[in-house]
Parts: sequence; structure tokens; C-alpha cells
Amino acid sequence: MTTTPLRLAPPATGTDLRLRVASKDVVADGVVLVRLTHPDELRLPDWSPGAHIDIILPDGTARQYSLCGDRDDCASYSIGVLREVDGRGGSAYIHDELTVGDLVEVGGPRNNFRVVPSESYTFIAGGIGITPILAMIQQAEEVGADWRLLYGGRQRSSMAFLDRLAQYGRRVAICPQDECGLLDLASFTSGLSADARVYACGPAPLLAALERIAADWPPGMLRTERFVADEMPPPVRSTAFELELARSGQVVTVEPDASVLDALAAVGHPILSSCRRGLCGTCETAVLAGEIDHRDTILDDAERSAGDCMMTCVSRASSDRLVLDL
Amino acid sequence: MTTTTLAIPSLDLDPFSDEFLTDPYPGHEQMREAGPVVYLPRYDTYALARYHEVHTALTNWHALHSSSGVGLSNFRYEKPWRPPSLVLEADPPRHDAPRSVLAKILGPRALRRLREQWFAAAENLVDEVLQSPEFDGVADIAHRFPLQVFPDALGVSPEGREHLLPYGDFTFNAFGPKNHLVQRGEPDIAEHIAWVGAQCARDQLDDNGFGSSIHAAADRGDITAQQAPLLVRSLIAAGVDTTVHGLGAVLYAFSTHPDQWAALRRQPQLARMAFDEAVRLISPVQTFFRTTTADVEISGSIVPDGKKVLMFLSSANRDPRRWDDPDRFDLGRDPSGHVGFGMGIHQCVGQHVARLEAEAVLTALVARVERLEPAGEPVVHLNNTLRGFSSLPLRVRTV
Repeated sequence: MTTTPLRLAPPATGTDLRLRVASKDVVADGVVLVRLTHPDELRLPDWSPGAHIDIILPDGTARQYSLCGDRDDCASYSIGVLREVDGRGGSAYIHDELTVGDLVEVGGPRNNFRVVPSESYTFIAGGIGITPILAMIQQAEEVGADWRLLYGGRQRSSMAFLDRLAQYGRRVAICPQDECGLLDLASFTSGLSADARVYACGPAPLLAALERIAADWPPGMLRTERFVADEMPPPVRSTAFELELARSGQVVTVEPDASVLDALAAVGHPILSSCRRGLCGTCETAVLAGEIDHRDTILDDAERSAGDCMMTCVSRASSDRLVLDL
Repeated sequence: MTTTTLAIPSLDLDPFSDEFLTDPYPGHEQMREAGPVVYLPRYDTYALARYHEVHTALTNWHALHSSSGVGLSNFRYEKPWRPPSLVLEADPPRHDAPRSVLAKILGPRALRRLREQWFAAAENLVDEVLQSPEFDGVADIAHRFPLQVFPDALGVSPEGREHLLPYGDFTFNAFGPKNHLVQRGEPDIAEHIAWVGAQCARDQLDDNGFGSSIHAAADRGDITAQQAPLLVRSLIAAGVDTTVHGLGAVLYAFSTHPDQWAALRRQPQLARMAFDEAVRLISPVQTFFRTTTADVEISGSIVPDGKKVLMFLSSANRDPRRWDDPDRFDLGRDPSGHVGFGMGIHQCVGQHVARLEAEAVLTALVARVERLEPAGEPVVHLNNTLRGFSSLPLRVRTV
């Protein structure tokens, strides 16, 4: 028997993560599966099921896509992208322009949809909402939890990853709307024990219906993620911005190619940092005013919108000036 | 496919002997110079002592597991002395939820509410200690401050805290071989375990501390109710001795580098940076083990499946391949990237707590102390995993 030894790849560090499109395949009507790897074969930042990455479009805006690949493969990220007919151009860019070999800027990964421990998971996916659920299913299998999936879509040909799901047999209920009608959420979720966890991802009406059913469930039993596509991500500046240090009044300019951390160190105001990838939180600094362009993987959506702190190793400004509590 | 693999040099070192633990630096250098991977036949263990290899090993959890134990004992073949930690001795995916709960509870945002309180506590302690121009940096500061503020923040009852240090000391000794350091702790460990176990229950913890936040996370379903007490145990085990030795390290470093104390006097905002530089230099946590999950290639050498890999954090933190003048304590240096807190998914989840404790103590001291110097020989405290002092006589000139 010959096996290739596992190679310890050094981790990718630095503020930019530019990944190469290693493959791009149509996996259903209107859905492509994109696999991204590091051009220097470095190890990619860790993620857990439910996490997403940002794909930075050529105009500097970001789109979020759930990671749906194998977490044990630390050399690549996989995302499934649905062409959104009335979207804002992110999915059209990925479908029509991005080709194998291209480099694309990636933010994250971040996780607002974490899997909590349970003996029993009920997964509900609508359309492209299957992507985070795929990674969760792999984990449920690995820990030997009981699980079931209800997967709905418009029609069978538009539903991605049916081939991957086939191996799980009766755990998976595939329900294309043109064959089965609307998902019968009430009966699929009836009789669950209070220790069960229900993870759902899909269009807003599906989640709203589920939330009505879950109204009298114990807290934390239903966990959902909405498609974030209809939230406007913050613009990413390509020009310099200023930092005002509140305690001294000093003003520091951050050039486009420098991090806030670098700019502060250059004027004799070093801040302690560790990972320099927005993962560990060591360089967190309180922000008193200004709009932050959060590019870390620590803060969740609520903490980001609070706008009162930033990870200076990777996060930047979207306004002209940030006032820091330094 | 054929590949050439590097032969792994073998060294007859015992990194857990009293001699090595007292002065580990010659042994570190010997291993670093011998190669990127070194075999230690005495423990059938593969040692990494260079920065690049240690850093890479810490971040590659797929290949190097923690769930087989982060000490010498291999849980594949041996029963652990206690139920394994849900964070330290766990791998993804089981590691994810407990880690994420702790990271939030011990994160910088959560600690902001403690800042004023801890700074005031440090000022009080320093005022009291400075009534005498000579004192012991360990007994009078490094032991007292964490033992006061940390169990308070955790919400542990004031009675019985004398169990904390011996419990932690035993836990860290137990990552090494069963040598006299482990045997020394064995007669009393059962009573320490019993006390610690009792403190982890919900009704033993006050309502505002980290401990009750852990139980609240179980109420939200972020972890299970069974996991909550074990996570409280992790904070009790890992949160005291480490910061005690961290504070001892920074006081030792300053007392032996008076020019750096003068630099801190000029720029007190460097307190946090100074603590990390001391953690780099002294590395209160010296070593941790991992276990290979397959045949693993490390810098051209193959470590076979199921073998113990010993990462010398302290040696990595003084590797001249990574650090200029590594033995010097230097506030002008950027210590970022040191592995004294580990790196990757297991990086010390309490590092922000440790930094806040150190910042509070240094800020209080630097405001009142003009000169800080040794008043006698420090005494090294021997532990299989930790490096610190049992005594650090200091003399000060106050402002």
C-alpha cells in the first residue's frame, strides 16, 4: 500500500488573500461550483460549516458565498453560485467572466451560522441555500449525529448537488416544487425533541414560514441564515484615508497599500498584533467615529454594524476618517 | 512517485529533566541546529524547535491532532488522567462550538467592562507592595494579582482558592512524563480535583462571571448542558498558573533589562507590547504535543502515523532564523507572531485576559517605580510544561 504523506503547508498570511480559480463547473441549471486555491499552495484560513467568504468584485464591492466544500481540504475553498437574474451583477460576473486561472480577491471566512452540538439535526434548504447545509451534513456524518434534510427547489434540474446527496438515501427528501408543491415544513418538523437543532437556509418566505412554526420552540432550536445578497455591502475604498488618534489629536494617513496597523506603527504608535489576518482579535482597537470597512473574521454582523471597534491588521475605513480611541 | 526524504537526526536529550527545565536554552539550540525535525528516542517523540516548523505545526490541525492528547500520553493507546478538555484536547468539529463560546466570553469587547476594575485593583496591590523597597515579584505580585482578579471574574467562591495553583501546576506537569514532578503532586491531586469539579457547577458560580456566561451559552443551545462544567474547568485549569508565570516573566525581564524599564517609563502605553515581548522571551508555556494523524511530511522529513510531535514554543520564540538578537528583551521589537500563546485554532483563548492583567499591573507599577532591579537570585519553578519562578527578589526606587 502506498499513501502520500500529509504535507504541512505554511499558512497564508498578510492582509490580502488572492486566490486562483482552480475549477469552475456547471452543477445545475444556473449554478456553478467554483473551487479556489492559493497560487503558492499555501494553507487557507480555517473555516467551519456555516461559514462564508466574500468575493471581491472588480468594482470593489463584496458578495458573500457559503463554503460548501470539504473542510479537511485545507488547500481549497468551494462555493456554489446561482445566477441571479435580477441580482446586482455579482453572480453574473462569476458566471460570465471569471475563468479558470483567474485571481480573485477573497475576504473572510466568517461564520454567522455556526453548528452547535446536538445528537439530532434537521436541515432545511431552499434552492442555493443548500450550500452551507452540505458542509453541515458532512460534519453530522463525521460526529455520528442523526440527521435529515428537506431540500426544495423550483424544479429538479435547478437543484444543485443532488448527486452528492444521493449517497444518503432516505435521510434526504428532495422536493422540487413542480413535482411536490410547496415544502411541507410543519410535518417535517413535527415531533422534534427539544435537543434537536434545526438549520435552515433559503429564500425569505421559506424562513418566515419556518419561524412561524418555530414560534413556541425553545430558544436556540431553530437556526437560520438568510441570503445576504439583498444587503448592500460597504464600499471598499481604493484611496487613502485618515486616522485621528483621539487622545493626542494626531492625524495619520493610511495609504491604499498599507494597513491601519502599519500606518500606526510608522508614526511611532505600534499596536500589538498576532495573526495579521483578522483571526485572533489581538489588534482590536476601539473606534469612536467614522465608517469602518470590516475585513476581519471575528466580528459577527451585529458587532460589525455597531461600528465601535476594528481589527487594525485588516479592516479599513469606508469614510474619509476614522477616530480611534488611542 | 519517488521522493527523497530527509533523515531525522536523533538526540539523547530529556527535555523534562530537572537540568533541562532549569536551563532549557542549550538544549533548544542543540535541537534547532540538529535539523528541522529531531527524534528524541527517550520518549519516542519527534521534536520541532525552529520557528517555521513550530508555527506550521500549530496551524495544521488536520495532520497533527490534539484529541490524542497535547501531552506525552497518547490517548490512542492510554486512558487520560481526567476527562479530556473540550477545547485543548479536541479537534474540529467537536472543538468548534466550545471554542467559539469561550472566544466570545473572553474576547476584548467582553473584557472592557473589567478594565477599570482591574486597573484599580492593580493600583491598590502596588500601593501596598511598594510600602517596602524590597519585595518578592512572584509571591507579592505575580501570585496575588491573578489569584484575586481572575477567580473573581470567573465567579468562583472566595473559599478554597488555595486549590487553584496546585491544580493548575499538576495539570501542566501531567502533560510531561510521569517523573518526580508529577509524582510530587499525586498525593493531593484528588482533593484539588474534587474542589475544582465542585466549582464548575452552575449553582457554585456567581451570576456575573465568565462561568455563568458559559452556562448561559448552554441555555441558548450554543453548547450542551453537559459541556458547560467542563468548559468552566478549562478556565480554572488554564487561567491561573499561566498568568502567574506570565507576570513573573515580565517582572523578571524588566528587572534584568533596566534600560527597558526606562523605556516603559517614557512610553507607558507600551505595557501590552512589553508583556508580549516577555511572553516571547520567557514563554511561560514551553511546550505542547500533537499526534500525527497519518504519515506527515514536515520540512522534507516523514514523521510516521500516530507519533507524538513535541513543539518547543519557547525555542521557536528564540530562533535566530526568525528573531534578531533573540535573547534580548527589547520593547523596540515587534513581538507579533510569537508562538508563546500558540497559533491557529488552539491559540490561547484567554490571551486577552492575560494581557489585560499584565497591562493593569505594569501600568500601576510604572507610574510609581523609577527603578526596578534584582535583589537576589531568582528561583526557577520546575514544571514539565511551564516556565516561571517561585521566587523573584526585587528592589525598587519609587518616584
